[in-house]
Amino acid sequence: MANPLRAEVVRLYKNLLYLGREYPKGGDYFRDRLRAAFIKNKSVQDPERVKELIARGEFVARELEALYYLRKYRAMKKRYYEE
Amino acid sequence: MSGRVLVGVKRVIDYAVKIRVKPDNSGVVTDGVKHSMNPFCEIAVEEAVKLKEKKLIKEVVAVSCGPQQAQETIRTALAMGADRGIHVEVSGKDYETLGPLHVSKILAALAKKEEAQLVILGKQAIDDDCNQTGQMTAALLDWPQGTFASEVSLEGDKIKVVREIDGGLETIKINTPAVLTADLRLNTPRYATLPNIMKAKKKKIANVKPADLGVELTSRLEVLRVDEPPQRLAGIKVETVGDLVSKLKETGKI
Repeated sequence: MANPLRAEVVRLYKNLLYLGREYPKGGDYFRDRLRAAFIKNKSVQDPERVKELIARGEFVARELEALYYLRKYRAMKKRYYEE
Repeated sequence: MSGRVLVGVKRVIDYAVKIRVKPDNSGVVTDGVKHSMNPFCEIAVEEAVKLKEKKLIKEVVAVSCGPQQAQETIRTALAMGADRGIHVEVSGKDYETLGPLHVSKILAALAKKEEAQLVILGKQAIDDDCNQTGQMTAALLDWPQGTFASEVSLEGDKIKVVREIDGGLETIKINTPAVLTADLRLNTPRYATLPNIMKAKKKKIANVKPADLGVELTSRLEVLRVDEPPQRLAGIKVETVGDLVSKLKETGKI
């Protein structure tokens, strides 16, 4: 793996691992799938392709943040605001 | 306005956790239960950080009252963008009886000490649902208050606050310094991501005792009993409209 990109990939992995701890189906469920996804692309060498995959990973991170926010917002709205 | 904003954050049981009452009905089970920052406090921190990013204020100070673990909540606030933290150490029996009046006295003392221009709090905590701390803090400081804020804009040395009230939205203009309490729709709090948490480790958290601020923690309230809400009884299914009518007559509803 190209050296500067390797650091980015590791950073992405750690970030996703941290975010995935609160996954609704369980942190373990998320972690297993995260590892599987990264291992599947282990041998990719082309820097362009690697950058594409990193971008996809970052997209997943944003999706997780949105998921967590919506869950919390909806729970608060239901509890405190009468429809 | 180029001042300092004090943000109060509270460590509460995570909103998604199923609450259980202790067998002796003296309180709620908190040992080993997941805790996190009160959702309304997250919104308060986000608003303060937004003001700093717009360069309308200079420094965001996160304050929390509680035992050692309260520092985790302050760290989350620092990861969201607060500049430094103040941990007011309250533990054991004092922490169990800590209420809005004590916290507002502490916050008022800190606001004066830190020469804050603005104090932003969440409108209420999801554990005690008091909705009192912001109001009491404003009264103790004799500052105006913008509570249930769903929109805040700084206009010179005044603040325009749009408040969510039962009848709709109320817009008020108040002087600074002031106390604001954040409502659900004020903003969308950012997530404290891992890189930000790492960066936040370098930020300072000062340690203070309530006695240093001249605040007495004796409580005038005593919790007598804590019970679970009554269980919702299962509904009864009926086959025909006639059945429904007779069942309603039976239970005296019609």
